[in-house]
Amino acid sequence: MDTSIIAQIAYLVSAILFVSGIKQLSSPATARSGNVRASVAMLLAIVVTLLDNRILDWTTVAASVIAGAVVGGVLARKIEMTAMPQLVAVFNGFGGGASAAVAAAEFVRLEGSGPGLGTGVTIVLSTLIGAVTFSGSLIAFGKLQGIVTGKPVTFPLQKILNALLFLGVLWVGALLAHAGMGTAAPSWFAPIHTDMNHAFFLALVAGALILGVLLVIPIGGADMPVVVSLLNSYSGLAAAATGFVLGNMMLIIAGSLVGAAGLILTQLMCKAMNRSLGNVAFGAFGTDGPALAAKTGERPVRDVDAEQAAMVLAYAGSVAVVPGYGLAVAQAQHELKKVCDLLEERGVRVRFGVHPVAGRMPGHMNVLLAEADVSYDKLLDLDDINAEFDTTDVVLIVGANDVVNPAAHDPDSVIAGMPILDVDRARTVIVMKRSLSPGFAGIDNDLFYMENTLMFFGDARQQMSELVKEVREA
Amino acid sequence: MGELLIGLYVFVLATLAGREVISKVPPTLHTPLMSGANAISGIAIIGALVVTGAADTPWVKVLGIAGIVMATINVVGGFMVTDRMLQMFRKR
Repeated sequence: MDTSIIAQIAYLVSAILFVSGIKQLSSPATARSGNVRASVAMLLAIVVTLLDNRILDWTTVAASVIAGAVVGGVLARKIEMTAMPQLVAVFNGFGGGASAAVAAAEFVRLEGSGPGLGTGVTIVLSTLIGAVTFSGSLIAFGKLQGIVTGKPVTFPLQKILNALLFLGVLWVGALLAHAGMGTAAPSWFAPIHTDMNHAFFLALVAGALILGVLLVIPIGGADMPVVVSLLNSYSGLAAAATGFVLGNMMLIIAGSLVGAAGLILTQLMCKAMNRSLGNVAFGAFGTDGPALAAKTGERPVRDVDAEQAAMVLAYAGSVAVVPGYGLAVAQAQHELKKVCDLLEERGVRVRFGVHPVAGRMPGHMNVLLAEADVSYDKLLDLDDINAEFDTTDVVLIVGANDVVNPAAHDPDSVIAGMPILDVDRARTVIVMKRSLSPGFAGIDNDLFYMENTLMFFGDARQQMSELVKEVREA
Repeated sequence: MGELLIGLYVFVLATLAGREVISKVPPTLHTPLMSGANAISGIAIIGALVVTGAADTPWVKVLGIAGIVMATINVVGGFMVTDRMLQMFRKR
């Protein structure tokens, strides 16, 4: 039997492992073996590819693989769990970058040979998507790491500029694809000869890279879960497009699986904010914050110290903890767990209410709490925890704001209709927060001024360790 | 049927399969699913291996090497960090 048939069958096995692995990844009990299964599928695909193709220079290939594996392995081992959003963003970028690099290599190889319109179109598409994913992910990384401002960056005529750039990139792409047929384009279409492809290809890459930057900079920090999952979807699409370039079904299948996964998460995130993808991408949400924030501080709030907060918590029958991005920033998850352990020792029932968009990536809070050793069956999602607030004694909010803002029920508010955690239905609410400053949406939070709300100001980590001491003594 | 058209069939069907398979993922697994899927997008490594292996000009080789390095970081880092995360998800 021909070796390439064996290779194709091995790819098919690998595809089956990918699909079943990703299915296992969507259930807590089987997730870990699903990940292992997907990595076996990847290994199989790589080995088969190496055996099936004529490798001229084993040394270079092996050295590149080892270099990448070492960097990836060290990053994966050393990274703090709180830095997970950045890491995912970087990995996304590399996936997109790799697809673009492969497409570019194919372009260089085939340049001037007239490979046909189909190949031309697919090379252009995978370069475009790959490069947008690459630069967009790096900007997302910069925002998450704090190198680039987390606030939306906007300037006049931004949308028009983006649209023009996009059209320009498409035009250059169309020219390149046409040149793929090996004939000069008609003069009305372009002043281009096939020997100018090189410059046009560089223009395509540059345009796509700038486009990626421009698409992500106007998006603010709290909308990052949407951006990260969208870029995840793009990295899959880029790989699938590269599969079309090379005529490799393995790439198409794996790429489209990732594309679908990213899209599902994107939709879930948008739904959790009651906003459309277009609104997230172009809305530059939260820019008018400072003006509205001026109101804060005029109304009286009731603030408590660690001792008082500890008393309230220690003598409650049931406590629901609502974590937000502030918990990740302060890295207070371990102290929080200690408080919860102490409360449970006293017989207090403790659960966690996690909003889908709390944090900077989908599932951010779940990862953080899992790191602190919190059992995942205590993490309740939006609907489940909302059903329990009526019978909850105390809600402890740690570094969350917009996801508990009752303004979401006000049709005139900018966050109107966003599904929130209805914490105000609990008997007492303790808000652990650095100041009264508004959250990302830039609006005041009425919750802070409610009769049953106690404000517990300070750095979450410091205050949480105070709380550990006080609860122990209570 | 042309190769492009077969590819399109595979693309559409695999996307639909992906949607079906992942549609009911619980919030607890959003991050691991994302980073696991992310590692899978490093499948571009296959393409990078093919072009680097057959490279006959310096530019193709340079781009191919860049592709292999980036994709391997993505694959190895992605699967390992996902495993590290999933190890922490436990029911007690």
